[in-house]
Amino acid sequence: MQKSFSLRDIDWLLLMLALGIAIIGVVEIYSTTAHTALAGQYKKQIYWLILSLVLALVVSRIDYHILLEQTPWLYGVCVLALVGLLVGGRSHANTRRWLHLGSMTFQVSEIVKLVIILAVAAYFAERGSRTVTWGDLAKLGVLAGLPAALVALEPDLGTALTFVPIAAAGVFLAGIRWPRVAVLVLAGLLALPVGWHFLRPYQRDRLLTYVNPTQDTQGSSYQVTQTKIAIGSGGLWGKGIGNGTQSRLGFIPVSHADSIFAAFAEEQGFVGTLFVLLLYFALLLRLLDGAQMAADRAGAFLLVGFAAVLFFQVAINTGMMIGLFPVTGIPLPFMSQGGSALLFAFLGLGLAMSVRSRRFIN
Amino acid sequence: MEVRFPGDERPPAWKIVFLQYVIALAFLGLLIGYWRLQVGRHRYFAEQAERNRIRNLPVIAPRGRILDREGRLLADNFPAFSVLLMRETAATLSPARTAAIARGLGLDPAELQALVDRTAKLPSFQPIVLKQGATMDDIAFVESHRTEYPELDLIQVQQRLYPKRAIAAAMLGYVGEVSEEDIAKAGSPYRPGDVVGKSGIEKEYNSILMGRDGMRRVVVNSRGQEMGELTTVNAHPGNDLRLTIDLDLQMAAEASLGDRPGAVVALDPRTGEVLAMVSHPTFDPNEFAHHIDPAEWQQLMTDPLHPLMNKSIQAQLAPGSVFKIFTAAAALETGTIQPDFSIHCPGFVTIYGHTFHDWVWEKHRGHGAVDLRRAIAQSCDIYFYTLGKMLGIDKIAYFAKHLGLGARTGIDLPGEASGLIPTPEWVERVFKHRWWPGETISVAIGQGAVSVTPIQLAYGIGGIVMDGAFQRPHLTFPNQLAALGADPPEKNDRAFPLSANTLEALTGGMYAVVNDGGTGAGARCPGIEIAGKTGTAQVVSSELQQSAKGKREFASNAWFVGYAPFDHPEIVVTALVMQGEHSAVAAPVARDVIKVYMDKKAGRNNAAPQMQVKLEPKAAPAGIVPLEQNGKTP
Repeated sequence: MQKSFSLRDIDWLLLMLALGIAIIGVVEIYSTTAHTALAGQYKKQIYWLILSLVLALVVSRIDYHILLEQTPWLYGVCVLALVGLLVGGRSHANTRRWLHLGSMTFQVSEIVKLVIILAVAAYFAERGSRTVTWGDLAKLGVLAGLPAALVALEPDLGTALTFVPIAAAGVFLAGIRWPRVAVLVLAGLLALPVGWHFLRPYQRDRLLTYVNPTQDTQGSSYQVTQTKIAIGSGGLWGKGIGNGTQSRLGFIPVSHADSIFAAFAEEQGFVGTLFVLLLYFALLLRLLDGAQMAADRAGAFLLVGFAAVLFFQVAINTGMMIGLFPVTGIPLPFMSQGGSALLFAFLGLGLAMSVRSRRFIN
Repeated sequence: MEVRFPGDERPPAWKIVFLQYVIALAFLGLLIGYWRLQVGRHRYFAEQAERNRIRNLPVIAPRGRILDREGRLLADNFPAFSVLLMRETAATLSPARTAAIARGLGLDPAELQALVDRTAKLPSFQPIVLKQGATMDDIAFVESHRTEYPELDLIQVQQRLYPKRAIAAAMLGYVGEVSEEDIAKAGSPYRPGDVVGKSGIEKEYNSILMGRDGMRRVVVNSRGQEMGELTTVNAHPGNDLRLTIDLDLQMAAEASLGDRPGAVVALDPRTGEVLAMVSHPTFDPNEFAHHIDPAEWQQLMTDPLHPLMNKSIQAQLAPGSVFKIFTAAAALETGTIQPDFSIHCPGFVTIYGHTFHDWVWEKHRGHGAVDLRRAIAQSCDIYFYTLGKMLGIDKIAYFAKHLGLGARTGIDLPGEASGLIPTPEWVERVFKHRWWPGETISVAIGQGAVSVTPIQLAYGIGGIVMDGAFQRPHLTFPNQLAALGADPPEKNDRAFPLSANTLEALTGGMYAVVNDGGTGAGARCPGIEIAGKTGTAQVVSSELQQSAKGKREFASNAWFVGYAPFDHPEIVVTALVMQGEHSAVAAPVARDVIKVYMDKKAGRNNAAPQMQVKLEPKAAPAGIVPLEQNGKTP
């Protein structure tokens, strides 16, 4: 099935959109961390970007069917790795999210996301086009729920939540009867109080703050208050690169990572916000366009699954910056500082290109 | 597991189109959200961002120093830290937060909450001083809690230091935080937390001593740490103020009076310059520099000896026999008697049916034949009872008033008392009864209702011996005040010349008091011609004094007013030893001060020339005085 390499097989538009966002991200990381202890972070991000780009191109050359066939053992390795992290992982800021490889750290859950996308696609490809049954839902629940629970225990509720749209997109695409949706939604609502019980105090605070943002502006709602000030003070045109006072003076926590969009919006204003959101929008449309043209059911499910995660992360991340959603630790794909997240996004992109290059042509 | 890929089982195209619409809608929603923040509420958030990053820090102007006439430090400053509450951030101080800060700084939570509530109305760029004189623990608390309490900050201030501690304390006064009444006054230049003079020189010349604070606009990070400076309005330090006080004389007077309650005032009668001013018991004004312990304050306020009172200008007491000089002046000037007027003193006299005793009657004798000179020298009561009867109250009161008693001298200190020279009108107005002629007899020897302040006696005797030229007592140099652009105090130097005859008789009498078998022999000093007049003033009636013998608070006050040199007076000293029983205890105090003055003068003329002290009108901020002088760690 391996074809000879051709430049025409690369989805240049998709790649350029993603690279554009990533480069804007690098510039913003530089701008917000220059003159701080994190001053070298943008270089690290560039190395990861180059590595991710190369790996994305490699993946795009591999037939995605071969990858789908690897799903069972990949899934097994992922679950073992997550369990291993919980049992023997080094604790970092009270969480066990990081796999330490020498001096490098790696967030395993980012790769797990990719494997879940593969697993869900493989599941639906295999079971054909019948509508989703209760049995299917149960199996999917275990398939995505097990790793999600393990990630949530790290604790990394944000990443755990990203498994939900993967499964949900699959169910939607496969087709489900409305009464079952209704039952699912109802069950979800009933489970909320139980879920509350399992939340950690800081997670509860974040939810309460979301409900009532003006409470204790120096305490738990500090972050939302300050990111909103950053974004709002950016105005239409922004303060300019390196001039974001909120990000540079430390009023926005992790302004190079999860909160990078607030730092960016402060420095580039609404014009910059509009530009980057349009880049994401174009990227997502391009992915779904690829799904439309996919050669088979598995390809379509792969692309929709990946697009669903990206969309979920972009919407939640940029939305929580302006107080639309509670604060959770969800990075902005392609932009936030972080090697594992960048690698996940570009590997997903490689998968998408792999599907697109084997598209169904009438 | 075998994975099958049936191409014709692709999901329906409408579902993907539907997803595209969902995404489009979501992005539209996000854009609207960002538009509303970045364009709609830009102004509000821009202001919030500026408040976050810009902090207005006051630059506290050091208070001017207070120096003696030779430039020696009486009041100085030392660097200290104040804890400020910055109120520009979006933060609102919850009661729990305030309580936590109070705990951290060792303050009373209720008091701090009251301060926060009280200052809530003030403009938010104005920081509030939470604590002056921050300890090392307070500084450590602020520095280590920058993340939790970014609204706290520290500024360096110059805190008042009185290196001589309790020396001249009542005259110098002390400083403290400006009161709310003072801030509320119309046109008040003060703001909460300003340190102002509360009494004494510090209060009287506050506008000269107090500088103008500056302001620094600085950029701070989220932890309140300074990252850069935007603009600076410099602070203008207060002006140094030089006093007429001579520290050598002051120290001599303080030492000579010692532990005894009382007062010492030394004036140069030629100019009115105050050379020394002592009031005992005293206090350490350094205790007031930031926060005085309530118990300590309570003790100072309830002490029956009133340590905070400047007795030199505020104690209104019967002058006793010192007043005889004024009675004599009245008698001579009105021609009622001539200096050779003599009487025989048997030790008692009956006037208006009442028997008055002389003070020597205790020893069951009289003074015998006395003329004016001997009457003054030996302080013969019978002689002056007789003069009192001959003069009547009106003439005595007229001369006493014109010779400087019973009215404020106009010294440049707050709270001077006026004393009282009683007249029949005054008795009728206040006590609603007619003047009883017997009262005149008491007044003639400085008892009864007559009361004076120590400074009045120095002013009055000084004016008499200067041939009726009364110089208003003052503590500052008029030319320095003029150079500083301050309004010079009103000049109420007065002339009330006495005839040469009178002057000779009075000074001759005062010479005899010290040098010719008089009551003031204790002031005699070899090589220096000192003259003066003693006084022993009863504070209660003789009968009560007899029955309560030994009770200190009923003991008489001892006075001595002396001057020197006899021919050309340069210094006049009032010494008051309260509860001193007998005037003999006061005379040596005045002598000690005069001796230092004359020795110094002799030294000036013969030996080493005095160090010239240059004093710029606007001196640079004070150097730091070694802390040992203060004797405590700031």
